[in-house]
Amino acid sequence: MSYTSAEMMTVAAARALGGGDICFVGIGLPSAACNLARLTHAPGLRLIYESGTIETRPDTLPLSIGDPELCQTALTTVGVPEIFRYWLQGGRITVGFLGGAQIDRYANLNTTVIGPYSRPKVRLPGSGGASEIAASCGKIFIIMRQSRRSFVERLDFLTTLGHGRSGAERRALGIATQGPVLVVTDLCTMTPEPETNEMIVASLHPGVSREQVVESTGWPVRFAPVVNETPAPAAAELEALRDLQARTARAHGSAGAE
Amino acid sequence: MEFLSLGEAVERFVADGDQVAMEGFTHLIPFAAGHEIIRRGRRELTLIRMTPDLLYDQMIGMGTARRLVFSWGGNPGVGSLHRFRDAVENGWPAPIEIVEHSHAAMANAYEAGAAGMPCAVFRGYRGTDLPEVNPGIRFLRCPFTGEELACVASLRPDVAIVHAQKADREGNVMVEGILGVQKEAVLAARRAIVTVEEVVDELGPRSPNAVILPGWTLSAVCLAPGGARPSYAHGYYGRDNAFYLAWDAISRERESFLEWMRRNVLEAPPGEAR
Repeated sequence: MSYTSAEMMTVAAARALGGGDICFVGIGLPSAACNLARLTHAPGLRLIYESGTIETRPDTLPLSIGDPELCQTALTTVGVPEIFRYWLQGGRITVGFLGGAQIDRYANLNTTVIGPYSRPKVRLPGSGGASEIAASCGKIFIIMRQSRRSFVERLDFLTTLGHGRSGAERRALGIATQGPVLVVTDLCTMTPEPETNEMIVASLHPGVSREQVVESTGWPVRFAPVVNETPAPAAAELEALRDLQARTARAHGSAGAE
Repeated sequence: MEFLSLGEAVERFVADGDQVAMEGFTHLIPFAAGHEIIRRGRRELTLIRMTPDLLYDQMIGMGTARRLVFSWGGNPGVGSLHRFRDAVENGWPAPIEIVEHSHAAMANAYEAGAAGMPCAVFRGYRGTDLPEVNPGIRFLRCPFTGEELACVASLRPDVAIVHAQKADREGNVMVEGILGVQKEAVLAARRAIVTVEEVVDELGPRSPNAVILPGWTLSAVCLAPGGARPSYAHGYYGRDNAFYLAWDAISRERESFLEWMRRNVLEAPPGEAR
């Protein structure tokens, strides 16, 4: 079965989630990956959205973080102060799944501005829940399309702490959670190098060369001593993803919606 | 509490220069009330909202706001808020001051306001650049453990405006579904306006733990059926996701935005949201 690089990315991200995980879900690409995992290998996966919906099982992907089906299919829905205080800050979440506009080699994220803060070239949405999600979840997965514009040498703004500007800030700040342990892109997967916490290429998606990854990364990207090939999406994974996206497009009254 | 028309409620309880919190986390966004504020030409407002979405994009684009307090400003799942970006990037129709937080900070700040506290303390912002651009983000040391914790001033808006499903004849308001920070915003504010889908004799069968704002916590209750469209009211109507997608093109250019606002807001009858 042939597939696109976007499908490869979503499938690879979904596979990282286990059935025992309690996952705080970001909107967009993370939401697609989390729901694909729940609909395929990880039916026991518990999804929590910042709108307060706990253990939600939507049949279609929400366009926003608070679409009706998230509440209608949830075990319970609590207020937004409670979701951030008791459930996230309280340490109940095993994994947070985030995206971003810019990422650096230590998996710090920018979703605030391109250009200077006071006179931005592009004003992005801002932190939302991300800065506390990254600190309070047990570990963090990140999913982003890879290009020199998004994988940058230096962030214009550090919205969400990964491993910090030197790679060692989490421990220095007394943050006990693991932070980013996986970055999944449309080209490869990256994991932090032990010792330095720099994100290095762990696997290449089928048909992707090292040169392509180098050309699509704004810092001199490094590779793990052994780089595997990411297993291609199985037919069952692709069918589940395409069904989910078709249901979603019908529900939103328009094509699109990843 | 008084039952008022939306026009009268805005006239009496929203003044130029007020700090106005219009909440609703994707769900129950008070569009009808926001449109009434635009029609009445309110100016110099400090608009407070965790997720300024289409409603604040419209209010900013129509020049009602001097300052925006927020934590995530986008069209969810679609992309940018073009009017918000035009104000920040180009000062159109007027420059806007932004006070930027994270969601956790805003939620904690509303809760602290409702609790009558001067500030909120939580674990947040560590290692990020936000404290460098918002002097309202401070840190303090826990007197028991020594841990460094984030601290922000509580939110105490002049007026909170929310939408809910229904009120009874006493003006007691019931909210169901995604609750957001509506209860906290109302209890933190000096004045509160609630628009509702319907006014009923009895709120009806409900859980003993149903979320109810007693009429005596509110300034005004206004009947505004459909008042949350194009967002949604759980149990009444769904989210108009197609309109959220369409807003991207409508709002991209100043001219098409102004034309849409003229037809659908400025020249629309009061109380009627799109």
